[in-house]
Amino acid sequence: MSNVLALIEVSHRGGIAASARGLLAAAATLGSPVAVVVSAGPLADDDVARLGELGAARIYSAASAAAGAVLVSPAVDALSGAVDAYEPAAVLTANSVDGREAAARLAVRVGGSVLADVVQVRSDNGTVLARHSVFGGAYTVDSAVEGALPILTIRQGAIEGQAPAATPEVSTVSLEAGTGGTAVVEQFNDDAAISGRPELRTATTVVSGGRGLGSSENFALVEQLADTLGAAVGASRAAVDAGYIAQTAQVGQTGVSVSPQLYIALGISGAIQHRAGMQTAKTIVAINKDEDAPIFEVADFGIVGDVFTVVPKLIEAVKARSN
Amino acid sequence: MKIVVLVKQVPDTAEERKLDPETGQLDRGAADSVVDEINERALEAALRIKDANKGTEVVAMTMGPDDAAQALRKTLSMGADSAVHIVDDSLSGADTGRTAATLAAALRSTGFDVVMAGNESTDGRAGVVPAMIAEHLQLPLLGSLISAEIADDGVRGVRQGEDGTLNVRAGLPAILTVTERFPEARFPNFKGILTAKRKPVTTLTVAELGVPAGQSRTVVLSVAERPPRAAGRKVIDDGTAANELAEFLVANRLV
Ligand SMILES: Cc1cc2nc3c(=O)[nH]c(=O)nc-3n(C[C@H](O)[C@H](O)[C@H](O)COP(=O)(O)OP(=O)(O)OC[C@H]3O[C@@H](n4cnc5c(N)ncnc54)[C@H](O)[C@@H]3O)c2cc1C
Ligand SMILES: Cc1cc2nc3c(=O)[nH]c(=O)nc-3n(C[C@H](O)[C@H](O)[C@H](O)COP(=O)(O)OP(=O)(O)OC[C@H]3O[C@@H](n4cnc5c(N)ncnc54)[C@H](O)[C@@H]3O)c2cc1C
Repeated sequence: MSNVLALIEVSHRGGIAASARGLLAAAATLGSPVAVVVSAGPLADDDVARLGELGAARIYSAASAAAGAVLVSPAVDALSGAVDAYEPAAVLTANSVDGREAAARLAVRVGGSVLADVVQVRSDNGTVLARHSVFGGAYTVDSAVEGALPILTIRQGAIEGQAPAATPEVSTVSLEAGTGGTAVVEQFNDDAAISGRPELRTATTVVSGGRGLGSSENFALVEQLADTLGAAVGASRAAVDAGYIAQTAQVGQTGVSVSPQLYIALGISGAIQHRAGMQTAKTIVAINKDEDAPIFEVADFGIVGDVFTVVPKLIEAVKARSN
Repeated sequence: MKIVVLVKQVPDTAEERKLDPETGQLDRGAADSVVDEINERALEAALRIKDANKGTEVVAMTMGPDDAAQALRKTLSMGADSAVHIVDDSLSGADTGRTAATLAAALRSTGFDVVMAGNESTDGRAGVVPAMIAEHLQLPLLGSLISAEIADDGVRGVRQGEDGTLNVRAGLPAILTVTERFPEARFPNFKGILTAKRKPVTTLTVAELGVPAGQSRTVVLSVAERPPRAAGRKVIDDGTAANELAEFLVANRLV
């Protein structure tokens, strides 16, 4: 069975990134998964165990003094070393800030081609096929690479399931300091430990708020409904621009794409760029005081009303029914 | 200082964008073509440096069909000093690899201290072209910045990472990409529109750049269009809508 590399991101505080599960699951559908990990010191036993649980048959553990101190280059060096060592059928990275820069540089370095923002993978007689969801899910496109190494950036949260657990065989290499210009990391500013809420990209329910909430104090209403439903919190770009909530909550064309079972839009007009990030949700609910708001064109259940009167009642009604 | 801003012409995100079902490429007739908003923000950042420091030269560069000249015209009217247009029929449908190889060659011949680009385009959304260019030119990339300070001795910036931000820096020459956290762009003014007509636009072909001919190696195998969503029930709140919604959620096992 051919090898498939998966670039595993490790937080600078230690710990395997959440994207690892989907990457190894996708790698396992295409061949034998090889986890490629860069770290400053030796890989922790916990990390090895975790990667085994997630299905890594092999681990290519690259130690580099530059890990965490230099942007992305150590990951590219590790991947190109692993490409030489394992002659893989494909290389997978997360479609994350670091993952896609690593994929891009690797493609130039080893002569590969990038299939971007992939939501599903499959192998057809040895050819790696990638599926993309384009223009807000309006199109499904299947693509492949001809005559070069396919390098896929996998949309975070898109791959379901987990590869069967394995006992990984670990190879350790140490990386030389790379050549060429590098970008230096001076400091990490971590986000405050996030609430116990589910992760936006993979949540089964998402409650989003827009400019209609009017202020960051009022935005708490969105969070209250989310917590009542056990949902993740999302937002429109206008709400992010107004400072009601962090940019990482933005849903849409230039934010996160979500496909939950239930998406509730509060005080969001439903601009086409917002819809591009949520219109593949199974069920859409909208509450907006403008009966002509475009969000109603895609809503399965719409309420023309004021969020400040409807949402508190909704919270009570849901609580009453779940008791 | 010489700053080159990479500008892509894209279908307007405010309209319904379409793919050609046969080729999987953009249907350029379906929506108006505009300068990608993220590239206008990158240009704005470059123009602010020029506003503060008259010795700065700002060049807009695009690879695209003939009518991408309109996008360059807009950047000139906003304040760019000159423009470079790489236009060649053989580039139609170019993938990210071919696009990056071509832009890298054009950047080498144009020369620069700083290249500014968008973190991702709104049509292809690959977010890989600037990093590919950085690898071709063996340069540092400060990607996905939410702010930047560009000085003669280097660039500092704040990068949006997956679970926080990072303070990053690099020496010049360097490539950086901006995110939507950068300020919105200025509108062209009347004087800008008039002077744009006199500013130089250089056109370059693949042969002039000496980019190896190779075709794009990513191929689209199939394209399927999803049927549009239909609107469902819409109730006007008379005080009972919240209860009705709660019942709907329970009936559909959504709570
Ligand atoms: C290149 C580009 C990319 C973009 N990317 C994104 C993206 O990723 N995500 C995104 O969301 N947008 C994006 N946008 C912006 C998008 O075009 C809209 O501007 C944005 O989605 C509007 O947000 P909103 O619906 O919160 O605000 P508005 O359009 O101002 O809507 C507010 C709504 O709240 C309603 N309202 C007000 N008060 C109440 C109340 N008390 N009760 C109930 N309803 C109330 C109003 O009726 C109105 O419909 C992008 C735009 C561009 C050009
Ligand atoms: C729906 C769709 C899906 C696609 N999927 C893939 C894919 O999976 N793999 C693949 O190889 N190609 C793909 N392509 C082709 C790809 O979009 C083009 O190659 C494009 O020229 C560059 O990719 P991008 O727009 O994704 O760039 P990104 O890497 O997202 O662009 C980032 C920045 O680079 C600069 N830039 C990018 N292109 C240009 C340009 N032509 N001129 C000047 N500056 C530019 C801009 O500053 C831009 O903001 C796809 C195209 C479409 C329309």
